[in-house]
Amino acid sequence: MFSNPLPRRDFIRATLTGGAVVAAAGAGLLRSDSAMAGDVPGWPAKPFEDKTLSSAMMDSVGKTSVAPSPKVKLTAPTIAENGGAVPVTVEIDFPMTADDYIDAVYLFVDHNPSPLVSKYQFTPESGQAYFQERIKMAKTDHIRVIAKSSKGVLMASTPKEVKVTIGGCGG
Amino acid sequence: MNLTRRDFLQMAGIAGAAGFFGPGAIASAWGADGDPYEISDYGNVTLLHMTDSHAQLLPVWWREPDTNIGLGSARDQPPHLCGKWMLEYYGIPMKTKDAHAFSCLDYTDLAHKYGKVGGYAHIHSLVNRFRQARPNKTLLLDGGDTWQGSATSLWTKGEDMVGAQNLLGVDDFVGHWEFTYGQERVQDLIKNKLKANFLAQNVFSSTWNELVFKPYVIHEISGRKIAVIGQAFPFTPIANPRYLTPDWVFSIHPGHMQKMVDECRQTHKADAVVVLSHNGADVDMKMASQVQGIDIILGGHTHDIMGPKPFRVGKTIIINTSTNGKVLARFDLDVGKGKINGFKFYYLPVFSNLIKADPKMAAYVDSVRTPFKTKLAEPIAVTESLLYRRDNFNGTFDQLLCNALMDEMDCEAAFSPGFRWGYCKLPGETITMEDVMGQTAITYPQVTVNEYTGAEIKNIMEQVADNIFNKDPYYQQGGDMMRVGNIQYTFNPDALIYHRISNMHIGGKPVSSSSKKKYKMAGWAPVVAPVEGKAVWDVFAHWLKDKKTVRVDKLELPRLTRNMENNHGIAEPKTYGL
Repeated sequence: MFSNPLPRRDFIRATLTGGAVVAAAGAGLLRSDSAMAGDVPGWPAKPFEDKTLSSAMMDSVGKTSVAPSPKVKLTAPTIAENGGAVPVTVEIDFPMTADDYIDAVYLFVDHNPSPLVSKYQFTPESGQAYFQERIKMAKTDHIRVIAKSSKGVLMASTPKEVKVTIGGCGG
Repeated sequence: MNLTRRDFLQMAGIAGAAGFFGPGAIASAWGADGDPYEISDYGNVTLLHMTDSHAQLLPVWWREPDTNIGLGSARDQPPHLCGKWMLEYYGIPMKTKDAHAFSCLDYTDLAHKYGKVGGYAHIHSLVNRFRQARPNKTLLLDGGDTWQGSATSLWTKGEDMVGAQNLLGVDDFVGHWEFTYGQERVQDLIKNKLKANFLAQNVFSSTWNELVFKPYVIHEISGRKIAVIGQAFPFTPIANPRYLTPDWVFSIHPGHMQKMVDECRQTHKADAVVVLSHNGADVDMKMASQVQGIDIILGGHTHDIMGPKPFRVGKTIIINTSTNGKVLARFDLDVGKGKINGFKFYYLPVFSNLIKADPKMAAYVDSVRTPFKTKLAEPIAVTESLLYRRDNFNGTFDQLLCNALMDEMDCEAAFSPGFRWGYCKLPGETITMEDVMGQTAITYPQVTVNEYTGAEIKNIMEQVADNIFNKDPYYQQGGDMMRVGNIQYTFNPDALIYHRISNMHIGGKPVSSSSKKKYKMAGWAPVVAPVEGKAVWDVFAHWLKDKKTVRVDKLELPRLTRNMENNHGIAEPKTYGL
């Protein structure tokens, strides 16, 4: 019964349903000024090129401060096992109906060289605004998520500190 | 004076009482307390919990720390109580055998009086006695760190301990140091040798995020369903080498824990939900505040004394059950439909002189040791001081180890990891090769030499300090502060990262944060990548043999800042300049 747990199915559902993932740049993996990304029509180059959190937020969601909402669930480890691949899960508790749904979800790392790490776009057919990804973090920092509904309402996660530390010395 | 079981019997005038384990047969031998292992019948389910034996098949000396600082809401709360503060909190009279088991006070004197603790043959006797008194009602749960900590466990890659667990009849088991044998070895032992269920709701495959192990098991006892959910040490790939478990990711996963609790309660109609945890006490407490529906957390990892009264967070009961086989915890539960109606709790120190060794287990232990006997018994040196490791800062055993590393590797300073395992030696005892291994038996034992600037040394120490003293338990890895050789510093545990350490000196000379001067430093247990190097036990043994007799006159403790005055986690404030 435990050999076939849910996560993979969740993942497959999230990626196959309704073309959920439209634009995603893993920081350090896909550089926004690279030919791969920059040449894609409609690529939102500017916010991905911004070097500070406030400018990246301003250029992506149009605000530098968004109130946290319990609807935006961000799961990440408190201490990174591998700063090169920190697993992050985002789930927005929001009904995806034709007239009101989560349109876009932005993932930021405050002091990343380019703080906007990813942007995911959803449609009502996505079923749920949910994704998992691995991000790269060079040092201890905060991750934050902002979701935008189709009516333009912005909701943020509580910022989550992920510590990137030296190991050893456990009990 | 060393009171053996026979002495106790003789003192009470009932020498040779054959029915030692018969109910009440020996009550008078224990004085006013009665036989501490005689427990009256209650309820319909018994849980026995042992944890963090660190592969000590034989009884050992185990001294509680004199320093285990709690900060913020954890300040002056269990388990951050030492010395008299521990005894006052639980109302235990000084110098009694429980006082000896639960605090560091008068350690050497009382150790001579009350003897060694633990030992699998002695634990086995107790477990059998309880099982016989409560047939078909008893579960034995092992909280992990069972396969590591001794020479024989290292040399058999954990197999001697799996045999002991099987003989003991462990029902469920979780892991931490077990993983340091590498993921293939762990899977091999679990699939082919271990009889117990190996549980972990928080270990996932790194590719697909699938559970690697069964997250829980449902036991049916007295017509009730008892769910046991396993929680592995969440920071294994950080505290220990990640390359040993490259395909597994860990972390705490309170959300997934909630899902597992709900699944046990709703899908499986569990009447009681128990978490067998290797989180460590502070992490367990925070998890209990976030996850609803856990009745009991049986905790380990931090090796804490959290009895004789259990701790509560909301509706969840939390314990931590020491280490090295020192304590066997017992819950007698009255489990009704969908809930626990009542419980009785017993936190039982395993005094090996007062418990007859189980002959089967004794024979098994002897059989696994026989091939290595000569090597284990090799005398290395004699100690004139009490040697111990467990403490927030340098223990005496680690002081010797740091001194050995500096001398043997020709270094001006040394680091040693803040492990919480490693048993004691009393003044006058011979340190054998087995004892050297008892401080060092790990799968990545290489000694390293590095050149660091003062700023780099401080940075390393600050990062380790934050893994211990961060006020949010979810950022704590357990373990103690790294041990230092020839480094002096002032320390404020309550500050933020990069602000705890000040006034750092090496060899008595101030260390400038801007200086480019490099210091040659020795260390061991590298976690980043496999390296070549001498094994630490060889380096340590070589130095000890050379010395023949050792003593610790100077323990390199930091000076603590004034805000640590009256912290109940400090038994001897004067040693920190307070």
